[in-house]
Amino acid sequence: MFKNLFAKLKKNQFLFEELVKRDFKKKYKRTFLGMLWSILSPLLQLIVMAVVFTKFFGRNTQHYIIYLFSGNLIFSFFKESTTGGMHSLMSNANIIKKINLPKYMFLLSKEVSSCINFALTLVIYFIFVAIDGIPFSFRFIMLIYPVACLLVFNIGIGFILSALFVIFKDTQYLYDIFTQLLMYLSAIFYTVNIYPEKIQKLFYCNPIYVYITYFRRIVIDGVIPSVEMHMLCFGYALSVLVIGALIYKKYNYKFMYYM
Amino acid sequence: MKKIELNNISVSYIVGDFSNVGLKDVIIQKLKGNYTKKEFEALKDISFSIDEGELLGIIGTNGAGKSTLCKVISGIMRPTSGTMAVRGNIASLLELGTGFDGDLTVKENTFLRGAMLGYTKSFMNETYKSIIEFAELEEFEDRKFSHLSSGMKSRLAFSIACLVKPEILILDEVLSVGDGAFRKKSEQKMLEIIRGGATTLLVSHSLEQIRRMSTKVLWLEKGKQIDFGETKEICDKYEVFLKKK
Repeated sequence: MFKNLFAKLKKNQFLFEELVKRDFKKKYKRTFLGMLWSILSPLLQLIVMAVVFTKFFGRNTQHYIIYLFSGNLIFSFFKESTTGGMHSLMSNANIIKKINLPKYMFLLSKEVSSCINFALTLVIYFIFVAIDGIPFSFRFIMLIYPVACLLVFNIGIGFILSALFVIFKDTQYLYDIFTQLLMYLSAIFYTVNIYPEKIQKLFYCNPIYVYITYFRRIVIDGVIPSVEMHMLCFGYALSVLVIGALIYKKYNYKFMYYM
Repeated sequence: MKKIELNNISVSYIVGDFSNVGLKDVIIQKLKGNYTKKEFEALKDISFSIDEGELLGIIGTNGAGKSTLCKVISGIMRPTSGTMAVRGNIASLLELGTGFDGDLTVKENTFLRGAMLGYTKSFMNETYKSIIEFAELEEFEDRKFSHLSSGMKSRLAFSIACLVKPEILILDEVLSVGDGAFRKKSEQKMLEIIRGGATTLLVSHSLEQIRRMSTKVLWLEKGKQIDFGETKEICDKYEVFLKKK
């Protein structure tokens, strides 16, 4: 099965490259600031949040700006990538209806463009880390792990959402509300230690909180998270991907009827 | 060995479930108890087979199911019931303009569309020049695709598509593009591919073209197979049918 998948990927590599190029060019070509937007928008968001929330939560939290930025960085990546993924099939409906191509190519190419955005923001993040006086350490390499897990997680969510969106157009509005609620539940601008121990544990039910916490442990606390934390990161990613892939495999021929 | 074989192929669309009426209406209908899923049969019991190198003309009035049939054979759609065998690699040109993006340049679009048709990168690098030459768009390479006239667009589309070397070729209303001079050139080019041994399915509203090119004809009407067989016989019947309408 893996050999088959590999052959398929190889065969479609050129298409994949072209789709990534298309998505990327379309996004930036006609804007004045171009790629700067990917950096500007999280930065502006960060500034507003920092101005507003430092007064409330910043007094007791070390490196509050980085605390905030870590949360924002991960959450924006998640939101952008999954929202893009959701639309990836419908916005290519014309092509899917006329040419026999593996549909997941459209989703994956979209994910690549969000990854590039994320990478740009990550650079800014590290500049902030340096400015804030946190010394760089070899532990930072471990950050690859949650990012990789989150990427897989995003692809899985993208599979599920894009399938839902094809069949059921209300998905986009529901998802908008969902992400907004999720943002408040992800402890982006507040700290969880004001809650009793039991409720603090409950936060781990939220995968995004897990990925954000991993980042903070490494960058702010300077420790490598526990083994359980690693398993949680991986478990969430894998289970969502499996569910997504199964839904996709089962229904992908039905999409045609709804496009 | 038959190149394409279809046995009792049917395709039905579902209409009236929540994807086109919205969740709210489905809930209301369910509460009222008059929720029904309606099925629309786009193809009913289609069976035919053709040999290697044959050219099957598909005729029928609008909404007969011709395009749906092409989608089924090219693997874009799965039939609801029935079995089929399609042997060999397929190139299906269902709509030449598919996949182009108005915001990208002519050059970028050429590569994108080439990739969608399954060409390799090296092949595109080699043939890019001749594609543009054939389409007579040398001066427009870096123009935005949406700035081209519709004739130019279809010329480019055709020039990319006609490089295919498939065993099975599916053409849905794509033989006549561009102005008079280009039309002749394009038909010539397609004939070359067909004569190269490709088994071809041709959907066309030009009965004259069907008579001239097909070795077999399939006549569809409202999703049903009216007739399949010799070109002259069926085309004559079809002409009588069209006159009576």
